[in-house]
Amino acid sequence: MLLEGVVVVVRASAQGAPGEWVLLSYRIPREPSTPRITIWRKLKRLGVAQISDGLVALPADARTREHLDWIADEILEAGGSASIWIAHPGTTATERDLATAMAAARAAEYTKVIAEATTAADRDETARFSLARRLRAELRRIHRRDYFPPPERDQATAAVDALAQPITESKEPSS
Amino acid sequence: MKWATRANIHIDRAACAWLIRRHLDPDAEFVFVTDPAEVPADATPFDMRGVELGHHQGDCSFETILRHYHLDDPVLWRIAQIIHEADLDDERYDAPEAPGLDVVLRGLSMICTDEKTLAITGPIFDGLYEFHRRATLLGREPA
Repeated sequence: MLLEGVVVVVRASAQGAPGEWVLLSYRIPREPSTPRITIWRKLKRLGVAQISDGLVALPADARTREHLDWIADEILEAGGSASIWIAHPGTTATERDLATAMAAARAAEYTKVIAEATTAADRDETARFSLARRLRAELRRIHRRDYFPPPERDQATAAVDALAQPITESKEPSS
Repeated sequence: MKWATRANIHIDRAACAWLIRRHLDPDAEFVFVTDPAEVPADATPFDMRGVELGHHQGDCSFETILRHYHLDDPVLWRIAQIIHEADLDDERYDAPEAPGLDVVLRGLSMICTDEKTLAITGPIFDGLYEFHRRATLLGREPA
């Protein structure tokens, strides 16, 4: 199922060379652990691809560049070292692997949302609506880090939308 | 006074420019640069990496400027929450206006020069300020 998402990615850069990525290379002192954890959470929230220890990447655009820039500053303030690089993967295969891993990570998050929405399908309206509100907020968070949308994206939206539908009384004919 | 920031402005820089012009320096002149090295010697840089008026301790530049210049108007701090969420989206504050405002600014940046974006967003922030000023006075949402 993931392959569909990857096809889109490949087509996006099929015109020629791999696209532009923004890389953050960094080291943070092990102690104190609070800034270390804060930064790790921020990177996770941004949905970065982990290339290796202390090297993460995002497809380059104004927003991703800016977010990583500020995180780099925060790492410096925490006594670490950090630098920002704009780079092209050497081969389309390298880019595809990165994109595939990122799409798979998002797909897993969407799948969790779908599972939660589906198990609540037979609960009463109040419970379903309140869950729908929570899951919509969760979907918005996932969307912001979804750079290579997997097919699960639309499925998750549909599952949450279904949850927010009022129960139609099947006994009474609709006018 | 001269103020400098990164070109291609988005929510935080647009809001900071408004804040500077309305509350710090009515004659502010803004310079937009693509590299920190281009900041003129006589300009105060803001919302750039490694400068005093940037992001610090999880605050966005708008919050940093409020703190730095001791602006303690509660209405400005309410707007700061909106700018923080529109810029950083880290759910530190409850600011339902933020996603909408962010999209408006991102759209404007696609069709406007930085000068034009400042001209358009000035009255938007003025309105936002007035709305929250009345809300603060009333203790509820104004009509």
